[in-house]
Amino acid sequence: MGDPMRVRALERGGETEIKVLMRHDMETGLRKDAAGKLIPAHFIQYFAVRHKDHEVINAQFGPSISKNPFVGFKFKGGTKGDKITVTWTDNLGDSRTDEVEITSAT
Amino acid sequence: MNQQRRDALRISTVLGLAVAAGLMTSQQAQAASPWNSAAFDAKDLNGALKALGGPNAAISKDLIINAPDIAENGAVVQVSITTSLPNVQQLAILVEKNPNTLAADFRIPAGTEPAVTTRIKMAQTSHIYALAKVDDKWLIASKEIKVTLGGCGG
Repeated sequence: MGDPMRVRALERGGETEIKVLMRHDMETGLRKDAAGKLIPAHFIQYFAVRHKDHEVINAQFGPSISKNPFVGFKFKGGTKGDKITVTWTDNLGDSRTDEVEITSAT
Repeated sequence: MNQQRRDALRISTVLGLAVAAGLMTSQQAQAASPWNSAAFDAKDLNGALKALGGPNAAISKDLIINAPDIAENGAVVQVSITTSLPNVQQLAILVEKNPNTLAADFRIPAGTEPAVTTRIKMAQTSHIYALAKVDDKWLIASKEIKVTLGGCGG
């Protein structure tokens, strides 16, 4: 079970803007610790956002994505109070799902 | 000899079950398609493009990369890729000189704007590439980002 994400879903003029900040170390597997031993790779591989039951984005990540990954995008539709579900899964099988409701700019 | 064969059979069965079990757990989260390890493990641009399926991508001016010219900290470089083209199915971000070239591969369903913003690591000054699948054709654009402090060191 990963740490909670920060998710913002803001409806403005018929579009919903999604901003997600995940909490994850995103270890590449190439870094060494203080003792010179390689730190094993540990990074998010799958990321998806659903609006109600409809997927609005689906992504695969590699270790080149920054620590505490950020993703921002927009989709058409969505109204205040609709449920947005964000999920990630990392290479060690850990995953995290968070839900928010769309807020309106007006 | 018979006993040996039985042992071999038993071991292979156990291994098979373990693999099956491993696949099961990872599959529940994958939903659509399995993680494209061939593309993410690629060490250079051509390898990654080939594994993604777009080795003959055409250079496009309609594919826009928004990113700093100079990144002081290679650990966090904010990159946006966007296009005004319709029917965008896929957007990917690649960093030519990173140990793993492909950073992210986004599937864009209908109704979602063909514009994504994310933050990537850059080991050193490099060209970054935006790759888009539009109407089943591959397009590519690039931008050089100078990195003052690499983001993949210890």
